[in-house]
Amino acid sequence: MSLKRTYGMALAGVDLRKLSGTLIVIEGPDSAGRSTQIALLAQWLEQQGHAVAQVGLRRSDLVGPELERAKQGNILSPRTLGLFYATDFYHQLENHIVPALRAGFVVLADRYIYTLMARAIVRGAEPEWVASVYSMAIVPDAVFYMTISLATAVQRTFQTHSELDYWESGMDCGLSRDWFQSFVRYQRKIRSEFFKMQTKYAFELVNANRTIAAVDRDLRGRIQLVLDRAERPETRRVARARVN
Amino acid sequence: MTADKQETFPGRLIAVEGLDGSGKSTQIHLVHRWLQSTGYRVFFSEWNSSVLVREATRKGKKRQLLTPTTFSLIHATDFADRYERQILPLLRAGYLVLCDRYIFTAFARDAVRGCDRAWLRKLYGFARIPDLTLFFRLPLNAALGRILEGRPQLKYFEAGMDLELSPDITESFRIFQGRVLDEYLKMVEEFGFTVVDATQAVHRQQGIVRRLIQERVDLGFFRKRYVQ
Repeated sequence: MSLKRTYGMALAGVDLRKLSGTLIVIEGPDSAGRSTQIALLAQWLEQQGHAVAQVGLRRSDLVGPELERAKQGNILSPRTLGLFYATDFYHQLENHIVPALRAGFVVLADRYIYTLMARAIVRGAEPEWVASVYSMAIVPDAVFYMTISLATAVQRTFQTHSELDYWESGMDCGLSRDWFQSFVRYQRKIRSEFFKMQTKYAFELVNANRTIAAVDRDLRGRIQLVLDRAERPETRRVARARVN
Repeated sequence: MTADKQETFPGRLIAVEGLDGSGKSTQIHLVHRWLQSTGYRVFFSEWNSSVLVREATRKGKKRQLLTPTTFSLIHATDFADRYERQILPLLRAGYLVLCDRYIFTAFARDAVRGCDRAWLRKLYGFARIPDLTLFFRLPLNAALGRILEGRPQLKYFEAGMDLELSPDITESFRIFQGRVLDEYLKMVEEFGFTVVDATQAVHRQQGIVRRLIQERVDLGFFRKRYVQ
């Protein structure tokens, strides 16, 4: 079992030493294929005998309806919307992720704070402020960032939806009145924020321009390493002690 | 959104803080009436008053869904909405903005609930520090007496029942308010609160409060201009 920590600030009322599970985050821009991969991984992990919990940035029951309404009317300032999302995130962290980790599950998270931070920063929030808001989030055991070329992302978007989504196109950001141009500019900005986070948050890059099966194989191999590592902290500690 | 809080606005911000029952709302109400009737550009803003966020807060409280962190964040969301939609534009437009409770209420209450103090200060880092913060200081028992005698139906979160301080709601409220007071007292110096002795008669306090405002704020600037 690997000892969990947060990004700097203590999470009120949560004893990190009791979180014996493994938190694996799959991040990446829209259309990178995250949910497809998570479904495959969950199946594989369960076959291996791991209890798996899947969590996403779906709306929680706490602020869900209000958030939806606010988005539809587009009436909240970026900061307020950002804080609404943060509330929703911590609600899920405390009510879904933490209990699952306490019960020893492998938690597969479809996006995490990084997407929320990128979206807020693109909308004008100060990066330091955003990072401090999310500084109580639990540091995952691994973050896999699925990289995909913008051209492929565009193709996949049209394949699945046949039209552009208002928010995925960043139409609220005033980048362009033209939907396609706005989509391209917005997705570029989001990617550039992800890029800036790569080192600080230790993203492991996964080339998602490949076939579903190829990406799945790649992810399995890397997740196996994470699980092996998590299972043998004692031996590692002993080994390190010997070296010292 | 990137508007620097250090930016100099023509407006001025006055906040009142204190325990429930300290009489701060009465005092700021009287200040509001006084400035309004004298013809100043003044606006009164209440803690926890934006419609959209209020619904989520109410729901969360009713169903006791909130943890210390989400309790804190949902109030911060509410405050940010009101700050960016109301307080900030008014300050930029040259208004005197009066706030019944401000970020210090969150600092005190959320710290008692176990949130990290440094985190709270960063969370609210976008909010301007008031030009004058009046803290109505009253001994704990006096404040408790005023509340408990007039309004015996305490609410769950108001009494800090989520902290499991006592199964008895009144006792829980007493302990909770005591801790909130401790937090306030620690902030007096940190944020330069001006302390008002809230044991005095209402009109006497009001006299003091008005004088403090006149000393701190150039009221002449806020006189309404009538354009024909």
